[in-house]
Amino acid sequence: MAKLIKYRAIATDSWQLLEPGAEGALPPLPLAGDVIVPLALWRARREALAERSGKLGVWLDSHEDPADIAAELGRFAVVAVNFPKFGDGRGFSTARLLRERYGYRGELRAVGEVLRDQLLFMARCGFDAFLLREDQDAEEALSAFDDFSDGYQGWVEQPQPLFRRRLEGRCA
Amino acid sequence: MYLYDEIDQKLVDERVRQFRDQTRRFLAGKLSEDEFRALRLRNGLYIQRYAPMLRVAIPYGLLSTAQLRKLAHIARTYDRGYGHFSTRQNLQFNWPKLEDVPGILAELATVQMHAIQTSGNCVRNITTDHFAGVAQDEIVDSFVWCELIRQWSTFHPEFSWLPRKFKIAVNGAAADRAATQVHDIGLHAVRNDSGEIGFRVLVGGGLGRTPIIGHVIREFLPWPHLLTYLDAVLRVYNRGGRRDNIHKARIKILVKERGPQQFSEQVEAEWAHLKDGPGTLIEEEIERVEGRFTRPRYEALPAGDRELEQGPGADPAFRAWHRRNVHPHKVPGYAAVTLSLKKTGVPPGDVTDAQMDAIADLADRYSFGELRVSHEQNLIFSDVRTSELNSLWREARSLGLATPNVGLLANIICCPGGDFCSLANAKSIPVAQAIQERFEDLDYLFDIGELDLNISGCMNACGHHHVGHIGILGVDKNGEEWYQIEIGGSQGHGAALGRVLGPSFARAEVPEVIERLIVCYLGRRDSDEERFVDVVRRIGIDPFKESVYGKADQISRHRDRQLAAA
Repeated sequence: MAKLIKYRAIATDSWQLLEPGAEGALPPLPLAGDVIVPLALWRARREALAERSGKLGVWLDSHEDPADIAAELGRFAVVAVNFPKFGDGRGFSTARLLRERYGYRGELRAVGEVLRDQLLFMARCGFDAFLLREDQDAEEALSAFDDFSDGYQGWVEQPQPLFRRRLEGRCA
Repeated sequence: MYLYDEIDQKLVDERVRQFRDQTRRFLAGKLSEDEFRALRLRNGLYIQRYAPMLRVAIPYGLLSTAQLRKLAHIARTYDRGYGHFSTRQNLQFNWPKLEDVPGILAELATVQMHAIQTSGNCVRNITTDHFAGVAQDEIVDSFVWCELIRQWSTFHPEFSWLPRKFKIAVNGAAADRAATQVHDIGLHAVRNDSGEIGFRVLVGGGLGRTPIIGHVIREFLPWPHLLTYLDAVLRVYNRGGRRDNIHKARIKILVKERGPQQFSEQVEAEWAHLKDGPGTLIEEEIERVEGRFTRPRYEALPAGDRELEQGPGADPAFRAWHRRNVHPHKVPGYAAVTLSLKKTGVPPGDVTDAQMDAIADLADRYSFGELRVSHEQNLIFSDVRTSELNSLWREARSLGLATPNVGLLANIICCPGGDFCSLANAKSIPVAQAIQERFEDLDYLFDIGELDLNISGCMNACGHHHVGHIGILGVDKNGEEWYQIEIGGSQGHGAALGRVLGPSFARAEVPEVIERLIVCYLGRRDSDEERFVDVVRRIGIDPFKESVYGKADQISRHRDRQLAAA
């Protein structure tokens, strides 16, 4: 069972991530429970999703554009971004856009090939929840957030780049 | 040198700790081969043909003597007593042990060095003109801008998993000595009509299997916007670059597919959101970075080089060296000097630990304790008193570092090739040596004049063969090593890609082919001033083709012979 890290602690996961079937067929929608649905399902069944009792989340694959849900972000309790391969870095940009351009404030969850060594930069790009790949050691992964105590660039929670903070004497 | 402050040092130390832990997890079987590969590469560690290879970053090619001595120590302690300077201004060790690498990185960190992002799909070492800060045609000191970009690109949270590697070159002078037209991003410092500093931005240049000259996507980017604009370019690339095919993943392919115009519009649209944000550079930061660079304390000296005219300077061997390896300086009474790593019989760019120590001593005595690595794989002493050139020459000569061949045919740029590299199709070092041996006569070399000869052992083009006046590419034909020859390429402003001469050659044939090209050139040049590459441009490649293969029917016979051999 994959483990969830949320707000830098191991958390229990109430969400069910729905994945498309073979050849992109839309997955069936469970009657109850909290679901994170693929973008295509959200587009096809907005009304049915609105009438369900459980909470609603949506997930974007790495090639999908967050602009497509920018106007509807208020409808989701979770937005997830998929990393189909750990080397596919598009999700880092997706996360920043969701946070910094589209103003999303809810849970932003990394799913897919989410590995210990990527957590810190994912967090800096705005993710606050991480559904680790099944083989990952969640306890050990928690230390990833301390790999670097500071960084040169600005990031989502720390928009001032180091060169501005250095001048003000505010560095880690 | 840019001197680290506490935070710069801390980040490098934390990187060592991180990599030590990653290595531990790999050796304990907790990290897969594939995952560790992606992590070790961004620390410069390759698993090569015979052993690991560690590529140490030399940011923009600038080194202190303390750093060079540390590299000598590492070569002696952890390797086989030598290192190899690459065309990316870095240093490679060919024989370290995997388990030793965290310790090597820790040693490097004690002299403010590292191997961060020297490989992997991230922003690589920023390269520039090896005469930065001393060139007479300087517009800005590009080191300052390189350091700003180095910091911006180091551990960038958004751009650490790009579709492919990403190389940025900065040129701060009128002449382009940084090959900026063949980089993913090339930046040229320029002044606008009101005297303000900015950058012309080129995108999508590159060598490799699809060589392309970069496109200008912005004529003038005012300096405060440099980093936010880079963020915009990288974001468009990170989101849009191809990830389905490693050979089509560089930004040049994206720019080509979308067209430079459309690509540039997309960057501008992205930048509109980032422009004037917190990433905008400020005057105080430029001054801070400038202030952390050590600067030579020049003395007021008379201009010129009187020694050259009389006394020991009259020695013809010294004069030959002076003509090729001594370069003008913006401060009167000083010169920049190239120490050649291209002695015949030594693989281009290789230095031993003893040479490194000796070079460090020379740099302390002759050039304010600093030196540079050029992308032509030589070392530069940037601040030598002209009155001391002769004595420096004598000492460098005794170390085998005074070969007077800068800019000449024997100053071959050459990748490590099949002797070391697991990507190579063919060996490159023995080819370089055979050519150097063929052209050992200095008078003949001087007579041939300026000629860049570049060799790559495979189409990844680490030896920059596409922009050599003569470029040699190792190719594999059914498991055998063959060599394709291009002519007419060039670097600098108006960079051009060479054109393939025709069917490739066996290794033993290469020196003879080069000789024939040279004979053809010498017979056709208008004057001593007309360089090889100028003649190729003037008369085209056909006469050269004929000089090598004979008439058309001989070309087809050559092909038949190859087929028979294959």
